[in-house]
Amino acid sequence: MRRLGLLCVLVVLGAACRQDMHDQPRYKALAKSDFYPDDRSARPLVAGTVARGWLRDDDALYKGRNGQELVTTFPFPITSEVMARGQQRFQIYCTPCHGRLGNGEGMVVQRGFKKPTSFHIDRLRDAPPGYFFDVMTNGFGAMSDYASQVPVEDRWAIVAYVKALQLSQHASVDDVPETKRASLDAHESPSEQDHE
Amino acid sequence: MSQIFHHSTNTLSRFSIFGGAFLAAGGLWLMLEITRSPYVTNAGVAKEQPVPFSHAHHVADVGIDCRYCHTSVEKSATAGIPPTRTCMNCHTQIWAQSPMLEPVRESLRTDKSIEWVKVNDLPDFVYFNHSAHVNKGVGCTTCHGRVDKMPLMWQEKSLQMEWCLDCHRAPEKYVRPKGEVFNVAWEAPKNQLEEGRKLVKEYKIRTRTSCSTCHR
Repeated sequence: MRRLGLLCVLVVLGAACRQDMHDQPRYKALAKSDFYPDDRSARPLVAGTVARGWLRDDDALYKGRNGQELVTTFPFPITSEVMARGQQRFQIYCTPCHGRLGNGEGMVVQRGFKKPTSFHIDRLRDAPPGYFFDVMTNGFGAMSDYASQVPVEDRWAIVAYVKALQLSQHASVDDVPETKRASLDAHESPSEQDHE
Repeated sequence: MSQIFHHSTNTLSRFSIFGGAFLAAGGLWLMLEITRSPYVTNAGVAKEQPVPFSHAHHVADVGIDCRYCHTSVEKSATAGIPPTRTCMNCHTQIWAQSPMLEPVRESLRTDKSIEWVKVNDLPDFVYFNHSAHVNKGVGCTTCHGRVDKMPLMWQEKSLQMEWCLDCHRAPEKYVRPKGEVFNVAWEAPKNQLEEGRKLVKEYKIRTRTSCSTCHR
């Protein structure tokens, strides 16, 4: 009986003895490296290099500009899928500060961050799509850029949604197609629907 | 010749043989329990971090979506740990002087990464892909637990193979609508099996239990 007990203990202890297969000599994503001076196994791009196929020479798409002018149109057609994607991405990346309505009263602002300008002032309602893309790409005032967090296509989708949001906050009953007006009384809130 | 043992010891010996079987079974049971316990798996053990980052605060109190920081979770094998810059989107102004956040500011100043401690560490002989799971209706909390209730992060599940297989054999037990994947407060409906079966069909989820699905 004592032998069996000893066996139990040995098996339990032995289970943790060798972890070679668990911890193999290779890097997992973002793991620390002892080889590079900055300790990063995930290597940043060498300055001035462009990966094949990643040359971003389409200024309208990647900068929201034609020459120096901000673009007034979208670089690709805005479908309902793009709009739904824009709404979803807006609610992930923008609402913490801008709020779901885009009025600048998000939770982070309520906790003390500088209040961003409401999207519903005249200056921003008149701003072209390229303006919003530019702000997301390069930052503006206290807002840092979201170029690394939100891919280019998603940024444009968000612009489309912001434009729709602006419309929605300045809409009257006349803007609603007559066939859909009945649904207004049903208190349906489109922003609560999930588009996934 | 007189008998050494009294007649009643027969009963005793019968009992001890019977008891021995129980003792052996008990020992085996104990062994299996220990290998599944947090002593071995580390499940439920909160990990110290260089900055006491609270998911409870950021997710539950502030309402930040998982993907705000874990940006690659929908398209990559790894969910991604946010760079220091993501922290500084807000903390340039909020808690900007807090000594607790000094390691974050230092990281930004010196361009040295913060060395977060990995909480859910799968063995290196297992391949796991986040995007494959979240895009097929496996919610964050199904594996990670209620992170919105974790002040410091801990590993919720055992991460042992039997745990993976539980879902890989019967995904209908856990799968949820795609729109609820990032909803930390989602709870399985009473008729989960029924709903799950529908979703498995709709999302074309296959039970994948071949070795090379994970060990590749």
